[in-house]
Amino acid sequence: MQLKLDNNVNQFANEIEHLSGCSISDCYQCGKCSAGCPVGEFVEESPTRLMRLIQLNQRQAVLNSKTPYLCATCTTCSERCPMKIDVAKVMETIRILACKEGLRPAVKAVSNFSGAFLDSVKSNGRLFEFGMTVTFNLKNGTPFKNATIAPAMLLKGKLSFLPQSIKNKERLKNIFANSSYFEDREEKKEH
Amino acid sequence: MARIGVFVCHCGENIGRTVDCAAVAKRAALLRDVVYAVDYKYMCSDPGQNMIKDAIKEHNLSGVVVASCSPLMHEKTFRRTVTEAGMNPFLCEIANIREHCSWVHEDKPVATEKALDLIRVMVEKVKRDIPLDPIRIPVTKKALVIGGGIAGIQAALDIAEGGKEVILVEKSPSIGGHMAQLSETFPTLDCSQCILTPKMVSANTHKNIKLYTYSEIEKVSGYIGNFNVTIRKKARYIDETLCTGCGICQEKCPQKKIPSEFNEGLGMRKAIYVPFPQAVPNKPVIDREHCTKFINGKCGLCEKICGRKAVRFDQTDSFVNEEVGAIVVATGYDLYTIDKKTDETLKGYGEYGYGKYPDVVSGLQFERLVSASGPTYGELKRPSDGKVPETIVFIQCVGSRDEAKGVSYCSKICCMYTAKHTMLYKHKVHNGQAFVFYMDIRAGGKNYDEFVRRAIEEDGAVYLRGRVSKISEENGKLIVKGADTLSGAQVEISADMVVLATAISAQPDIVPLAQKLGVGYDQYHFLSEAHPKLRPVETNSAGIFLAGACQAPKDIPEAVAQASAAASKVLGLFSSLELEREPYVAKVNESTCVDCEFCLTACPYNAIERKEIKNRKGEVIKVVSHVNEGKCQGCGTCVSICRSKSIDLAGFTDEQVYSQINALFV
Repeated sequence: MQLKLDNNVNQFANEIEHLSGCSISDCYQCGKCSAGCPVGEFVEESPTRLMRLIQLNQRQAVLNSKTPYLCATCTTCSERCPMKIDVAKVMETIRILACKEGLRPAVKAVSNFSGAFLDSVKSNGRLFEFGMTVTFNLKNGTPFKNATIAPAMLLKGKLSFLPQSIKNKERLKNIFANSSYFEDREEKKEH
Repeated sequence: MARIGVFVCHCGENIGRTVDCAAVAKRAALLRDVVYAVDYKYMCSDPGQNMIKDAIKEHNLSGVVVASCSPLMHEKTFRRTVTEAGMNPFLCEIANIREHCSWVHEDKPVATEKALDLIRVMVEKVKRDIPLDPIRIPVTKKALVIGGGIAGIQAALDIAEGGKEVILVEKSPSIGGHMAQLSETFPTLDCSQCILTPKMVSANTHKNIKLYTYSEIEKVSGYIGNFNVTIRKKARYIDETLCTGCGICQEKCPQKKIPSEFNEGLGMRKAIYVPFPQAVPNKPVIDREHCTKFINGKCGLCEKICGRKAVRFDQTDSFVNEEVGAIVVATGYDLYTIDKKTDETLKGYGEYGYGKYPDVVSGLQFERLVSASGPTYGELKRPSDGKVPETIVFIQCVGSRDEAKGVSYCSKICCMYTAKHTMLYKHKVHNGQAFVFYMDIRAGGKNYDEFVRRAIEEDGAVYLRGRVSKISEENGKLIVKGADTLSGAQVEISADMVVLATAISAQPDIVPLAQKLGVGYDQYHFLSEAHPKLRPVETNSAGIFLAGACQAPKDIPEAVAQASAAASKVLGLFSSLELEREPYVAKVNESTCVDCEFCLTACPYNAIERKEIKNRKGEVIKVVSHVNEGKCQGCGTCVSICRSKSIDLAGFTDEQVYSQINALFV
């Protein structure tokens, strides 16, 4: 890998700083976030490395990295960072930014899951496990994945064929309408 | 009949681990003339010392052997102990069973036997010890400070404030040193000149300080309390008493293309010049090498124009003799030379293009470029075309920590001054971007790490962990190729200017001075302190102290602290009327001396003189050698060379040494 650095070197870091409220230049690469990361062994770029790539303006590499998608948002990194950087929030910011830019998610299954989960909550006001699992499996192209455990769960009443709904769906709509992270921040900036 | 006491120390586990101290004490008690022997965990502690004192009284001891650590460590302690019990201190000897025994052996029975041997040897010596009195020598209460940088100025001022006279010698035309060249200082960013120049003026005007600028140390003789120093006052070709420092000579001098030393070659000066406007003293010197008058005898304009008629083309070097009691060496540092290689072991950095590309400059040159008194009056313009550099790259560890091309040590101040440079740069060029290539950031010190973080977090300097491999030029830009090991990537930056944080090296002409002073130096020619931890400002030559970067790379706070420490050592020395020193000096048996003068030529300290012995009528009946106790260092060279065996060393007589050796073969 070769990086060409110029006077815009802080541009992406400033963008992430603005969106997440986390100071990227604070990171001095101690590695404590990576040391405790539960998915650390499954990712190519450790959280530390990802922070470094942000510092060096590597926008494309960061937005296409799998790390933010594999992040379990356990926030161990944020909890332990000696410079008080909310690394998990930075990960989330990267995911949102990638989504906003219409980039293909680096790990499809993760965004499929998020999509299926949110769709289910959006239409019912709470999670409909059966429906979500089916949607998720269909999106992934593995329709019968984990199907064998369904009968046992049905018998124990852990799974239901029909969704349960909430009463005030209007308010739910408002929540979804207001929750767009970016519009929210842009609005705040304007005021 | 001698009555010797033996005290065996365990030194915690240090000796006790490999030497059976109890057995040693038990067997030592059986040695001839030993009337008392005991072992204890820590003999140097208060109860341990009390054991010795009590035993001296109880057993009426005539001599004491303490078997413990090196005499360098605690000989003084135990001699003080026996003195408190009324015994002459020189009747106490140390058998070193730690450094010479327990630390270097693993086999316990063997080490125990050796410890007993060492004790037996010292018992034989102490039996033949005679009470000695320390030698008293007078002290000249005037100090010499060599070097007029911040360390030298501080030391001189502190000694002068303590009420003692000081002679401050500086080899260049003005005092101030490297600190006068700096723009601002870390970690507070206060202006270097603003905090230094008042001190320079004080040093010049203080009633207790005599200033010799443009002068060097020619010769040093004597010893602690009584040094005799010859100072060479190099010819300024100016009568300093007449010159008012009006500066008209400098203004009119037609020879103006001489690179200024003060501006690190980035500006020009005249042949008659004051190095910088705030120089102390504000008196010019004529650079003989470049002056037209000296080259071909023409010109002489300065002489004609000087209203005070102060120019003296016929002036020569003059010499001054000064008697001083203590010397502080504060000769400072120099920068590792990147391009010109005077030392073959330092091969330079051709790949960085210093000297080839004018916009690759050293850290000190950058200081001049951002200094208000610099060639650009504080506006940062790059040397090649005067453009303001919009992208700037700083490279740390140029020469430092590089065994192939430079030196293996860390120059210590570069991390901090590079962080300072990035800040000064950002404060002058708001839209500019600074990049720093570093290997480690070493920012230990009060508010130091915070300062580096500020450069990164607030002033946006981008730090890249790695070295630069090559710098090349392309369309007026410097292409810097380096690495960032944190992202594992090669990095390429197209920069307008590059600043190299060059290593600190010792003054190039320090070795002859160190040899004149008899002060040790390391492989890099930094002067050696007496002990790295416990005697950091003293040297192994008594009465000579160190301050500042002549000892090791140092920043301003450290140099000032060491200078004040050295000054307090000098004042401490001057507070006593007379000095005491160990009486281990040679003594001449005048009745057998045949005046062959062999010892006179052999003595490395010039301590032996000729003495006439006269009868009652005042006629010389014999001439013999006589040892000056103040000068004698007790090396024993005269003892071994004396053909008539007329010289012996007090405390180490031939009889003692032979009996010690014999004791090993019982």
